[in-house]
Amino acid sequence: MDMSQYLEVFIDESKEHLQTINEQLLELEKNPEDVTIVNEIFRSAHTLKGMSATMGFEDLANLTHQMENVLDAIRNHKIQVTPDILDVVFRAVDDLEAMVISIAEGGDGKHDVTEVVQQLKLIEQGKAPIAAEPASKPSPSSQLYTQTYGEFEYNVLQQSKEQGFTSYEIYIKLRSDCLLKAARVFMVFETLEQVGEIIKSNPPAEQLEQEQFDQEFIVTVISKENKEDLYKQIMKVSEIEEVIVTPLDLEKIGMELQQAEAAFTQVEEKSEKTEKQEKEEKASTARQTVAGNKTIRVNIERLDSLMNLFEELVIDRGRLEQISRELNHPELQETVERMSRISGDLQNIILNMRMVPVETVFNRFPRMVRQLARDLGKKVNLEIIGAETELDRTVIDEIGDPLVHLLRNAIDHGIETPDVRRAKGKPEEGTVRLKAYHSGNHVFIEIEDDGAGINREKVLKKAISKGIISEQNAANLTDKQVYELIFSSGFSTADKISDVSGRGVGLDVVKNTIESLGGSVTIDSYEGVGSVFSIQLPLTLSIISVMLVEIQNEKYAIPLSSIIETAMVKKEDILHAHNQKVIDFRGKVVPLLFLKDIFEVPVHKEEGDFLSVVIVRKGEKMAGLVVDSFIGQQEIVLKSLGNYLTNVFAISGATILGDGQVALIIDCNALIK
Amino acid sequence: MTELQGTELKVIVFQLKDKEYAIPVQQVRSIEKVQHITRVPGTPNFVKGVINLRGVVTPIIDLRTRFGLEEATISENTRVIIIAFDEIEVGFIVDAANDVVDIPTDSIEPAPEVVDATQVDYINGVAKIGKRLLILLNLEKVLNNRELQAAK
Repeated sequence: MDMSQYLEVFIDESKEHLQTINEQLLELEKNPEDVTIVNEIFRSAHTLKGMSATMGFEDLANLTHQMENVLDAIRNHKIQVTPDILDVVFRAVDDLEAMVISIAEGGDGKHDVTEVVQQLKLIEQGKAPIAAEPASKPSPSSQLYTQTYGEFEYNVLQQSKEQGFTSYEIYIKLRSDCLLKAARVFMVFETLEQVGEIIKSNPPAEQLEQEQFDQEFIVTVISKENKEDLYKQIMKVSEIEEVIVTPLDLEKIGMELQQAEAAFTQVEEKSEKTEKQEKEEKASTARQTVAGNKTIRVNIERLDSLMNLFEELVIDRGRLEQISRELNHPELQETVERMSRISGDLQNIILNMRMVPVETVFNRFPRMVRQLARDLGKKVNLEIIGAETELDRTVIDEIGDPLVHLLRNAIDHGIETPDVRRAKGKPEEGTVRLKAYHSGNHVFIEIEDDGAGINREKVLKKAISKGIISEQNAANLTDKQVYELIFSSGFSTADKISDVSGRGVGLDVVKNTIESLGGSVTIDSYEGVGSVFSIQLPLTLSIISVMLVEIQNEKYAIPLSSIIETAMVKKEDILHAHNQKVIDFRGKVVPLLFLKDIFEVPVHKEEGDFLSVVIVRKGEKMAGLVVDSFIGQQEIVLKSLGNYLTNVFAISGATILGDGQVALIIDCNALIK
Repeated sequence: MTELQGTELKVIVFQLKDKEYAIPVQQVRSIEKVQHITRVPGTPNFVKGVINLRGVVTPIIDLRTRFGLEEATISENTRVIIIAFDEIEVGFIVDAANDVVDIPTDSIEPAPEVVDATQVDYINGVAKIGKRLLILLNLEKVLNNRELQAAK
């Protein structure tokens, strides 16, 4: 059967299930006694197994199956959850992820899983995972599947024994080349039903019918026939490789049942306390499922092409508006205005469609933080707030790496080791808070830690030794300016280089990435209390509002997000300070930048007595850009200058105006030092 | 192209001053008339600016300036050859472009030493077709960003 049409869905869903497993495993680590979490993981793992078996990815199915066994044992209280066990399970999930990625990239999804499978088997048998001896033979396959019995089944077995029946557990393995597995299962079941009664099967009968098993299964039957006869009868069914019939030890089952019950009541007591919390959680998941039903999957490429087409429309809209203004025809004007309004609404919808919750980036952090904290011997609690905040996909794609970097930084340099924290009178467990929220046309992401904070002296010493600043300048810097220094290239404050943050890329990369996205990053810190890294990002990168200005015969666009206001300044009001022309703007001294000098614009006409000034800002700094005239505000589509003209000074891109001409977009961040 | 190997090379021929140059057709996207060019500040003098090529912002290079020739005024014959090479798309301003020629590959010779030294760098070879002498351009060298890097 051709599976390629399902492959995409399979990959998407597998990734989702793996994500759920990851999240729930972390949850489980916090509440090892909570059976509902194990059930949640079990469900995801089970679906994953079924899907991968159907798609023919055997390694994937095998490993998931092994993991399922361990989870089942946890669920049935045969083994206790420990970090060591979870480590192995996490490794298994990592392998699963690697396999799914390999499939997504067109590979065959094959992966050497023997070691992890071995460890999982050991856990399942109740041994410590580290004791993995390569020499130890894999346990006989008959032990692979074990039946567990509930109270009801136990009673049935007990009664049938009293009536002279014998209970058997029959392990059946089909030949690997068996084509009609369900048919064989059916034949086995029919044979057995002629001689006795089937009590239970593992996997359950429905799954067997749907061929959701590898090659082996177990049935429990009661029969008056003896062991050998049963064996012979089943072997008559063709394509069966192995049959093992074992009489059941009812007393042992009874004992196990009692133990499990005892454990269950214990758990029940504990869970009562958290019941209220659980109820809330359940309510929230219920709400999520309702919302989930109303969404459809759309290929991202389709959304991109929709966006591209709409960009063309925006350019034509600009042109239409211009023509209708020139013609001054009332009916045309009215129609064009209506069209502009509708396309404005359309623009909002399309931009919203491309919005993705930051959750897609955030959800891989808990795993990373856990691993990192374990590696560094620190205790860290990661709090995520506002994961539902939405950002344009173009921004989401870029923001992952800088955030990873800042989180690593917070855990490696910020949070202290448990003993240092205890000595300082702080709780042993450090907290890193990752918070995202909307404000105006921007999204803010904050990374806050309650660690050591930034040591001003240490940063200054380092900066001076690295030659980033001179000693004279150092004394005059404000705290904020000092913190900014850690974003300079070639700076690292860790006393020793660890493999966590000392990967050769500094925080300067973070700053550059964020600024290239049109955002900014700032630091706040109190020594001994902690630090906050705050990132400000634009909602979208593809359509922005700009102020169009004219300089001689050239048109330029200034992003509205950088503009504070525009002003007309009399020539006499220009002041001079250190060869720099400045103006007094609302009590502040603002330096003037003559764009026609900076951009070497050919001069055709003389300027008048008044200067048109656009006041722009970068962080707290301001500058006045002197232009010849303001044209007006406009929504424009951001276009790059291509691969040939990269890094043109103070130009962040270009756009196509209504008349078909290209206007350059001014990068105010580059102009303000 | 593969079956033509060792036989003929199809090229677009264009004029600069009094010489004829050639670029393989595979590297040429289109040939356009000159339209409004927006100057980009802070770039080398041979980069004339950018144009709107059907919605794509495309940089324009004046080949005369690039080769150290004096600039010419734009005339009826002036054309912009849009080329695509190694992920880069740019337009070349040339005096005229009006010919597609098949050059037998065995008629291509390495650049003669006597050709003006400043140009040798950009030349892959010369082909003699009858009385015409076609200079084959090495686009990689023409587009080399060294001057661009220096300008930053």
